[in-house]
Amino acid sequence: MVWIGLTALLSYWRRRPVQLAMLLLGLSLATALWSAVQAINGEARASYDRAAAILGQDRLAQLVREDGARMDQQEFVRLRRAGWLASPVIEGEMRFGDVRLRVLGIDPLTLPPQAQQVDIAAGDELLPFITAPGVLYAAPETAARLTEQATPPVRVAEGLPPGTVVTDIGQAQVLLGAKHKISRLLLWPDQPIGRAPLKVTAPGLTLREPSETGDLARLTDSFHLNLTAFGFLAFAVGLFIVHSAIGLAFEQRRQVFRTLRALGLPARVLVLLLIAELLTFALLAGLVGVALGYVVASALLPDVAATLRGLYGADVPGTLSIRPEVWAAGLAIAVIGTLVAAAQSLWRLWHLPLLAAAQPRAWARTSERALGAQGVAAMVLLLTAAGIAHFGSGLEAGFALLAALLLGAALALPLVLTGILHLGGRLARGPLAEWFWADTRQQLPGLSLALMALLLALAANVGVSTMVSSFRLTFTGWLDQRLASELYVTARTEAEATAIRDWLAQRSDAVLPIWSIEGRVAGQPAAIYGVADHATYRDNWPILSAVPEVWDRIATGDGALINEQLARRQELGLGDQITLPGGWRASIVGVYADYGNPIGQVIIGIDTLVQHYPDVSRLRYAIRIAPGKAESLAAGLRAEFGLPAQNVIDQAGIKVFSLKVFERTFNVTAALNVLTLGVAGLAMFASVMTLSGMRLPQLAPVWAIGLTRRHLAWLELSRGLLLAALTMLAALPVGIALAFVLLAVVNVEAFGWRLPMHLFPGDLARLAALALLAVGLAAAVPAWRLAHLSPSDLLKVFAHER
Amino acid sequence: MLLRLHQIDKFYPTGEGPLHVLRGIDLSLEAGKSLALTGESGSGKSTLLHLVAGLDSPDAGEIHLGGTNIVGLNDTALAALRRGTVGLVFQQFNLIPSLDVAANLAFQARLAGRPDPAWLKVLAKRLGLAQVLTRYPEQLSSGQQQRVAIGRTLAARPRLVLADEPTGNLDEATGDAVLDLMLSLVAETGAALLMVTHSNRLANRLNARVHLHAGRLV
Ligand SMILES: Nc1ncnc2c1ncn2[C@@H]1O[C@H](COP(=O)(O)OP(=O)(O)OP(=O)(O)O)[C@@H](O)[C@H]1O
Ligand SMILES: [Mg+2]
Repeated sequence: MVWIGLTALLSYWRRRPVQLAMLLLGLSLATALWSAVQAINGEARASYDRAAAILGQDRLAQLVREDGARMDQQEFVRLRRAGWLASPVIEGEMRFGDVRLRVLGIDPLTLPPQAQQVDIAAGDELLPFITAPGVLYAAPETAARLTEQATPPVRVAEGLPPGTVVTDIGQAQVLLGAKHKISRLLLWPDQPIGRAPLKVTAPGLTLREPSETGDLARLTDSFHLNLTAFGFLAFAVGLFIVHSAIGLAFEQRRQVFRTLRALGLPARVLVLLLIAELLTFALLAGLVGVALGYVVASALLPDVAATLRGLYGADVPGTLSIRPEVWAAGLAIAVIGTLVAAAQSLWRLWHLPLLAAAQPRAWARTSERALGAQGVAAMVLLLTAAGIAHFGSGLEAGFALLAALLLGAALALPLVLTGILHLGGRLARGPLAEWFWADTRQQLPGLSLALMALLLALAANVGVSTMVSSFRLTFTGWLDQRLASELYVTARTEAEATAIRDWLAQRSDAVLPIWSIEGRVAGQPAAIYGVADHATYRDNWPILSAVPEVWDRIATGDGALINEQLARRQELGLGDQITLPGGWRASIVGVYADYGNPIGQVIIGIDTLVQHYPDVSRLRYAIRIAPGKAESLAAGLRAEFGLPAQNVIDQAGIKVFSLKVFERTFNVTAALNVLTLGVAGLAMFASVMTLSGMRLPQLAPVWAIGLTRRHLAWLELSRGLLLAALTMLAALPVGIALAFVLLAVVNVEAFGWRLPMHLFPGDLARLAALALLAVGLAAAVPAWRLAHLSPSDLLKVFAHER
Repeated sequence: MLLRLHQIDKFYPTGEGPLHVLRGIDLSLEAGKSLALTGESGSGKSTLLHLVAGLDSPDAGEIHLGGTNIVGLNDTALAALRRGTVGLVFQQFNLIPSLDVAANLAFQARLAGRPDPAWLKVLAKRLGLAQVLTRYPEQLSSGQQQRVAIGRTLAARPRLVLADEPTGNLDEATGDAVLDLMLSLVAETGAALLMVTHSNRLANRLNARVHLHAGRLV
């Protein structure tokens, strides 16, 4: 009996391979986009973990200076003398040619065993390690990047994070130009008894427990949440296809279900059989989906990696590793998604009356009745969105707002469309027009799921493209302000810097130092820059808010400017006091826009900087000169001092680079968006295709009364285009609301900056055209088939056996 | 002569090779006359009607309607023919589901450019549909649906009415009344009626009858 039931159920799919393909494709695509995001996030998180785990930092307590600055090597000596088991580490960024790396200097002799990432102490590796020129240990791909560069000998060590080299502390101090300095002290887990307390031995140091998560993971959290949200949106859109495919398959098999039940198959067994069928499909599509997800992810990962490096300074490898948890999660979400999409159909099946006659339109009619309930749900969701917008705060609230807004709008769509179609029918003149509107309205329940998916995808596209374009506009304007100087030069040594300054004095309008130190401000990593008192800053700096006479206050040394993200994260405002590395305080006199920078930034007067941090590195300068002369001056600089090309950059060069970083930042969201739109297009296609089979009884009478097949086909095509156009129209306000939430809520939380919204009618028109084209193509296939249907196929509609 | 069929042949392609449904049919019908077409199930009655209505085309032969041979006309011309000249009542499934009864009744007449509200009112009354004008086809019994289909065809005042078992779903009394209506229209407007029926009683009320057997008229 069960076997007969199973074959009866499955034979349906054999006769409808297209429908089966749609179901599997929808599910695979939904899973693929979701898994792609998971794989990318997984890869990034793993690399943060690796970075955080380097030298056992996730397991060992450390001693650091509260302001994040380097300490004197003497601290280490003092602690050892007091009986503490500690090991010094120096860390810093530096360039080898055009490769920028994190350099970690360690002391192999005192390193706790938990921190032994590289097996140096063993055998004959030690001597070359600690004696000049030393050895750099690097992960294979980092080592590969270094082959072209002039560096100490490089050795490959598995397990190191990308973009990091480990070397002896003495060598590292030389490389980083920080003689006798160390960044932190690693503490052995087991300390001898009877040692002097820390407060006495190292009063200037703070103990940091191993559990404290890395800055990277925290900073990038919002970025990954962003990706996850878009992955989920794509998944939801994909589920629309699955839902409608399953709904249709159940509806069309109603007669089979009845027969099986009448033959004595219990409802429970029937439902179980169907669940088994669905699970098989889900697992199959899930496997394909995750595999596809890896393809998508590996296509997107280089951009993500570049974004994370550019935006957060996080090093993520450009290649994916296969993670079992991604497979498990992908299969799980495919199964869960299928069951969610099928829940309604299964519920109806459970309550299927044995004797009711098969009604081909029953499905559509129930949906009509559900319209009211759907409207109520839409209202509730939209009100919730409004409530969150008003009262909520934080990134989670931002995403909840987005979800409520999108879902509410999607649910409201069929109601709105029904209203418009009613109106159209009322205004129509002539029998064909009246029929066209009335028939479109009747079609709506069958198409509404696909239209809702289309609405979601379109709104997301409108929203994201508006956000990105607004950002681009603001960003380019900001770059012009920020990069006011014509040339930027980096000297290799302090001596060279002095020589360059002297050389430039006669040849340029101004030489502005770009000197900075790194440290912690208000508990956050931040960079502190000193600026000269010069019109370049007074006229151009992208100030968002400031006290009057702000530049005078900076010049006299009693004020500091901070960037927007620092102000927002720490809720700092004009007049507030901040403590800077070294323990001195300054009052905030202005906040400026600093897009694309993950960390905080503070600007003080150049004299103040030098006074508080006398050993600041004085290598970088901005040069003002008449734009026409910039190029020859750059050439002169390179020739005079033998500077490598990348040490003298002109304004245009930096702008090009910055814009490239910017574009890459949004490549991923844009790609996910396009894919989501593709999935929605497919949903539309699937629905139109399956519905077209059920359309003949509605079309054949009109044909018989005196319309050509071609005429009918055109009407069918127009119907699709009309619905798409109305959906696009509905998507506009939703998308603009979405853009507003992204700009005013999500970006502020995720990146720490708020941007004004700009609308780009050209972009929107292009998207509308694209959507109409996609739907037009989807509707063209069944329309073409209708135009070329043989009369005898149309006549079958009128035959008895239908 | 309003309608003249000459040596009509029709094949349907099937799995077991072509099925020869109609073999050398000759038939003619004058304006103002009615003709009953009988024959057992599957003998090709509906097929013949479809050919005359310009819904399908024969594999051989000529169909002259009002002097023109409609065989070989293009789609547009055939559609115009269906709209303005012939009216076809199917056995079933012939209403437009998205329009209510009133709109269904008026549809063909308006399409043909001959709207006539007064005539529609008369038809609705005589067909017993006055009470259901705002309902949709799926809310009607099959007999009511059948009457709407007949009303829709008559409303357009076609020169040739083709009816495929129009009273198949009606009880005897209603069937008789509907046939009366059709016959009176034919008489009033000088149209012709070609009606398929299984009922000898109804067939006998028409001017003439032909019987279709094994693809030939006998
Ligand atoms: N579209 C078609 N394709 C193939 N065969 C067809 C098609 N339409 C009808 N036939 C076959 O042609 C033959 C004649 O069919 P037709 O519908 O004309 O018969 P009928 O006389 O109207 O029968 P009934 O009294 O049952 O309505 C039948 O054998 C039928 O199976
Ligand atoms: Mg028939």
